[in-house]
Order: sequence, then structure tokens, then C-alpha cells
Amino acid sequence: MTTLDFSPAPGAAPLARMVGAQAGAEIRAMLRNGEQLLLTMIIPVLLLVGFSKAPLLNVAGERVDFVAPGVLALAIMSTAFTGQAIATGFERRYGVLKRLGATPLSRTGLLLAKTLAVLAVEALQVVVLVLVALALGWSPGGNPVWAAVLILLGTAAFSGLGLLMAGTLRAEATLAGANLVYLVMLGLGGVVLPLSTYPGSIRPVLEFLPLGAFTDGMRAVLAEGSGLPWGPVAVLAAWAVVALTLAARTFRWE
Amino acid sequence: MISPAVEITGLVKRYGRTTAVDGLTLRCARGEVTAILGPNGAGKTSTIEICEGFLRFDAGSVRVLGLAPGDPALRARVGVMPQSGGVPQAIRASEWLRLVSRFHAHPLPPAALLDRLGLTEHARTPFRRLSGGQQQRLSLAAAVIGRPELVFLDEPTAGLDPQARHACWEVVGELRSAGVSVVLTTHYMDEAEKLADQVVIIDRGRVVAGGSPATLTGAERQLRFRARPGLNLDELLMALPPGSAAKESPAGHYIIEGLVDPSLLATVTAWCATEGVTTEDLSIERRTLEDVFLELTGRELR
Repeated sequence: MTTLDFSPAPGAAPLARMVGAQAGAEIRAMLRNGEQLLLTMIIPVLLLVGFSKAPLLNVAGERVDFVAPGVLALAIMSTAFTGQAIATGFERRYGVLKRLGATPLSRTGLLLAKTLAVLAVEALQVVVLVLVALALGWSPGGNPVWAAVLILLGTAAFSGLGLLMAGTLRAEATLAGANLVYLVMLGLGGVVLPLSTYPGSIRPVLEFLPLGAFTDGMRAVLAEGSGLPWGPVAVLAAWAVVALTLAARTFRWE
Repeated sequence: MISPAVEITGLVKRYGRTTAVDGLTLRCARGEVTAILGPNGAGKTSTIEICEGFLRFDAGSVRVLGLAPGDPALRARVGVMPQSGGVPQAIRASEWLRLVSRFHAHPLPPAALLDRLGLTEHARTPFRRLSGGQQQRLSLAAAVIGRPELVFLDEPTAGLDPQARHACWEVVGELRSAGVSVVLTTHYMDEAEKLADQVVIIDRGRVVAGGSPATLTGAERQLRFRARPGLNLDELLMALPPGSAAKESPAGHYIIEGLVDPSLLATVTAWCATEGVTTEDLSIERRTLEDVFLELTGRELR
């Protein structure tokens, strides 16, 4: 039998080590979860390939130039919002957040780890989708830095919305709600259908939804080569501030 | 002066109109194993979760290692084993232990701890696929991996098979020898008697008795035997020294209480001989915590 030295030697690890370990665990969990991979990788790749190849869209120029920015935005939403809401909801339900609260990892450390994990998975998604799009003949225009700014703002807004949902609703309700939002946004968020195809009466609403603004902005930069698109930036920033503030105020850890 | 591991005074916790903890006062010494014993719904888990900083309380004062519960300084010094859950469903046993070990400055080696608790062959099994007992053992491992000064174990052996229970008891014994303070809840009498330096019996949110298992069960012994039902105990009592008590419960089972010494034993057997009664299963026993609990509350423990 192994003898173990149980004599007390308490102490917290350095913050970087704790956050790194937690982020690693979160990344592994995201990449191992089949349903999450469906939303974050498989559906975006299928949409990208399908709508670029099949003559379903009536857009000016190459179809892939139109589809790729929208699918990138959808992929970001799937990780920052859908995946994070569902995973966090179940962590809350199974007492994981509470249990972590009794370890030296602080709440700030936990949020930092979650953010790092989301950004890491998003980076992977961007690499995969960009490679697939390039293989389909995509010729992105514009400054990638502006696209990165939009992605960060989109991540902040969608993370705020995801945590708002996960911190207040039951895990099952979060699961159903987050998937429903994904589907509705897939249709109404300008992912593959240009917002201009919708009736003029609802267009302003769609442009103020986070995914509508996000796809609009990504397309302005990557398809039209514009500078930083201030309209979408303002909309995403507003969603980020409101959602993160509300999430911070209402989040119940158990 | 070194503060006690846990010091609770006049603790009150209400859920709506239900009072779960009702003026509870207790003190757990450093380096000792304290067992909080009581039936389901007695307020054990509420009390321990308040100490862990998970629950707010309505009145009273609580100090853990001299600090308020939930003080960030306690996070590294206190190990926690919840009654259930607390682990991501998909994480593998070894990954969970490794993760928790990475939060601490001087952790125990995860592999050795897995081995110690008989989980090595399940190291790669996701948490949700572990049996209830395996999940409990993993939670115990995670509670002690950071080499804490104090551990809270909420029903550590509930639902464990006998072998796993013994493994858990051994770890608690080793923690104690290493100078770790342990506070555990249980509704198993034998567990409290075997493990604890101090037992606190609680019922309906209040402490009804406390002390070492020996003090609680008393130096008092009982003489028990079986014989044909309906013996005339009044006659027997007249032969016994004053202050003795005799009862028949259930029929045919006799219990004699008082100063159980060789002369009392001789008196009883002599009386039986004159009555022509053959005794069976004659034994001298100490009261159990179960008897104590029954006397104090008038209720069975489980």
C-alpha cells in the first residue's frame, strides 16, 4: 500500500498555473463533447462548403466570399454563447462551480480560464474555417485586425449572454434555450442569407441583434474591405456591456 | 493562542419557514476527528456547508481556523468533500485529481492518491461512469490532495461497500495521525465510535449531546441475557443492590443496568438458578451511541 504524507502543507499554486490548468480542462471538455463539436465545427464547415458550392444564393461576386465571414461569426457565437451557456449551466447544476469555489482558484481565476478556453477554441475554429474557405477559393479582403476586433467584441457580447442564461436558468432550460437561439440566429442572423433579403420592416431589428451586427461587420471588413465598421462595433459593444453587467449581477453560482 | 478548527456559537439557519439549524453551538479541536452525528434532516449538512462558506446563516457566529467561513485565505487551508457531485460529469478521474492538485502549492501526487483509494484502474473513466462509491472516493481524494489543515467530509461513507468504507476510515485515521483536523458528518454509529475523538449528536438543528464516544456511552455497562419470557423482575431487583434497574424488552430479552461488577453477575446467575431459569447469551456490554441517541431523542437514528 502506498504511504502518503498527509501532514498539512497548505498553499495556493501561482495564479498562472491554476488558470492554465483550468483552461486546459475546459478546452479538453469542449473538444471532447460531440454535441458541442457539431455546433462549433461540423455545422459551420458544412454550411461553408454547402452554400459556397451549391447555387442557392443570389449574391454579387463569389459565393464563398459572401458565406465565409457569416460562417466565421456563427462559429464564434456557437463557442462563446451556445457551448459556454450549456457547459456552464450544467457545471452549476452539478455543483462544480460551488466545488471550485472551495479550491484556491478564485472566481476571477475561473472566469479568466473560461475566457482563455473560449478564445483558444475560437482560434482553432478560425484556422479550420479559413483553411476550408481558402480551399474553396475564398479571397478575403480588408484588414484582419478589424476582423479580430469584431471577433473579440462578439466573443464578449455572446459570452455575456451565455453566462446570463447559464447563471439564472435551470440547466435543462439553458440547454434548450441556447440551442433554440443558435437555430433562430442561423436563420435570422445573416449567416448565409443577406439581411437585405428580409422585409424592410424587420431589418432594423435584425441589424441590432448581436449576430446580425456581427455578420454585417465581418462582411464589411472581409468582403468589402472596409475599415473598422463603427455601426456593428457600437452594437456589439453595447450588447457586451449590457449582457456582461447583467450576468455579473444575476449570476447564481449554485 | 491557537484558534480551534471550528467554533460555532448559537448558529441559526432558516429556509423559508423551516428552521434547519436552531441555536447550535459546538467546538472542534485542532488535530482531532469530530463526528457530527444525527438523523437525516437534523441539520448536519447545513452546518457543514455554512462552515465551508457555501451557505449564509441567519444568526450566531462561526469561525473556521479563526476566520470567517468563505474567507479567501481558507481556500487553500481547508479541504472539502461534498455529499455528492461537485465534479464535471465528463472529466476522467485522474484528470480531476490532477486539475485540483494544480491549484495547490504542495499537492500529494495524484497517481499515488488514486492508488491509495483503489481507483487506479478507473483513472481514465469519466466521472459519470464511476459507481457511487467510486465517485465518493474520488471526492475524498480531491478533498485531501492539497494537504489541508482541516477537512470537511459530508457523509464520506454513505453508500460505500464495506471495503471502500474501510479504505475511507484508514485515510481518516492517517489524516488524524498526520495532525489534520477532520470534521465529518455521518449517521453511522459505528463510524462515529470508531473514528471520532469527539462526537456531537444533533437533532432538529440542536446539539443534544457531545463528548468522546466513551463519555457519551458512559462507563455504565449493561448485563444482557435471554431466558423464558415473564420472569418476575421485582423479585430479582430486591436481590440486587439499590440503584439497579431491570427490564424485559422485547419479551424474553432482559437488560440489567447499574454497577455491573462480579458480585452483581453472581447475584443474577444465583437468582436464575433458584428460579430454575437457564440463561442464554449472557453478556456484559457497554451502551452504544445508538442507545444514547434513542434515550436523548426518543427516536431511531435512521
